[in-house]
Amino acid sequence: MIHSVDTDIVVLGAGPAGLAAACAALEAGARVLVLEREDRLGGILKQCIHDGFGLVRYHERLSGPEYALRDVDRLERLGAQVMQEAFVSSTRRVDNGFELTCVDRGGVFAVRALALILATGCRERTDRQVFVQGDRPAGIYTAGLAQYMINIQGVLPGRRAVILGSGDIGLIMARRMTLEGMDVVAAHEVKPEPSGLSRNIHQCLEDYGIPLELSSTVTAVHGTKRVERVTVASVDGSMRPIAGTEHDIPCDTLILSVGLIPENELAQSLGVPLDPATKGPFVDQTMHTLVDGIFSCGNAVHVNDLADYVSESGEHAGASAARYVARRRDAPVTGMATRTLVPVRVDQGFLYAVPQYIDTSTLTDAVMYFRARRTMPSGAVVTAEAGGKTCFKASYPLVRPPEMERFVIPHDTLMGALAARRDDEGLGLRMEAR
Amino acid sequence: MMECKEFTCIACPRGCRLVVTVDDGVASVSGNACPKGATYGAQEAVQPMRTLTTTVTVEGSSRRRLPVRSSADLPLSRILDAMAALDPIVVRLPMRRGDIVVPDLLGLGVDIIATDNLAAPTSGVAQDADP
Repeated sequence: MIHSVDTDIVVLGAGPAGLAAACAALEAGARVLVLEREDRLGGILKQCIHDGFGLVRYHERLSGPEYALRDVDRLERLGAQVMQEAFVSSTRRVDNGFELTCVDRGGVFAVRALALILATGCRERTDRQVFVQGDRPAGIYTAGLAQYMINIQGVLPGRRAVILGSGDIGLIMARRMTLEGMDVVAAHEVKPEPSGLSRNIHQCLEDYGIPLELSSTVTAVHGTKRVERVTVASVDGSMRPIAGTEHDIPCDTLILSVGLIPENELAQSLGVPLDPATKGPFVDQTMHTLVDGIFSCGNAVHVNDLADYVSESGEHAGASAARYVARRRDAPVTGMATRTLVPVRVDQGFLYAVPQYIDTSTLTDAVMYFRARRTMPSGAVVTAEAGGKTCFKASYPLVRPPEMERFVIPHDTLMGALAARRDDEGLGLRMEAR
Repeated sequence: MMECKEFTCIACPRGCRLVVTVDDGVASVSGNACPKGATYGAQEAVQPMRTLTTTVTVEGSSRRRLPVRSSADLPLSRILDAMAALDPIVVRLPMRRGDIVVPDLLGLGVDIIATDNLAAPTSGVAQDADP
């Protein structure tokens, strides 16, 4: 008979999303168990030593570890049950919730819970997921791995680096490697515009005279044991390399900053439907997935640009999971009120919007996050409507796919519009050029 | 003499495009969405200032680096000097967030402070075995 733990809510992952979710659920009176695979809490923030975190949430400019410590301290004050170096090996539904089989240093144990909060974050796209020809010697690192090596392990990944991609972590690492004495030759971005935040282009590349080559990519890696050089080429409008533009850059390191993908293996094993646009679970405005009792938050749902918004969604998930658990305890299984989900439908102007559903049976405001499909240099007007009633309208001076936007529809306005809708209609989001 | 410069504001993630006109040492900033942008733009046109975040060596722990930052901004032109000055620094644990690691770095009037908590290593491990 294996050891078994009973709780209300299991939070999987103790990065910014999981920490906020656990705190919010505890504050709402639920019993919470946090499972974290690493030996320290904080997730990726532990290695994000640069500052700029917390401007939205605390109106302060904090480094990653400082930002994480605020939630870690809060969690400690609330007296959470936390298991570190703990993994989930299998999951199954039981009559009244979920049973997880877990492993930690003490061995195998079972956890029973009424609700799960998946705060599993995202993973970096690797060299296997981008089209680069040639050899695979040592010296090819994702930006996050290079960050771990420098900031946690205290070792340099190499001496002379080329960066492929212009994601924020790649830009941050261009500066970090320069400060640590490495020679950063250039960052090559296949798209015609950078994918990182403008401020990072300025303070990480321009400050140190590192060129950003747009519409340019690494087409091949050369080297036997270690990277010796890479071939770069300009690309056309369809991102295909243009013959005759190739040239070689001698270097011993190639850093990849080519995107992040929500991590949802566990969600998939539990049958949680995922949105192909975000690669994360479909959720309603309470961060409840389409599977009853399973919530998700943070970068597992969609990749955010700011930790502050990851935490925000964690707070929502934690509070709503606690409400769910309280209802579940009060009602026999069969007596649970079912959710009434209205789909959020976006037009072609959007890459995606989260949440994808509105649960009309709950009293919460809808915090909407979205990304534009294309850069709209003259700005965009976004409206939300149902049944011919506009419940939100705002003008944005500039929208770009790399920069996530956020707005809030108050509960009563939202319900007013949804009440007027026709049966098959959802909440419609429209984006028009200004 | 009038001079016109353009920058991306780094005060927050919004990244406003600033136009700064410096006339006889007086800067006027436009394009900013908030007062932080005005302050940043005026300073950036005269002398760019940055927060330094980096790590220093930790002695006698499995945690090899302590993350640190400057307590205030320092001139961008002195960032690499600051890195060189921090290179030989070795800290002993425990360290708490906010502890001063180096006071008044290079006489710039900023301290280097810890941004994470690092507990002293638990006994049983030979911490200072090497002479």
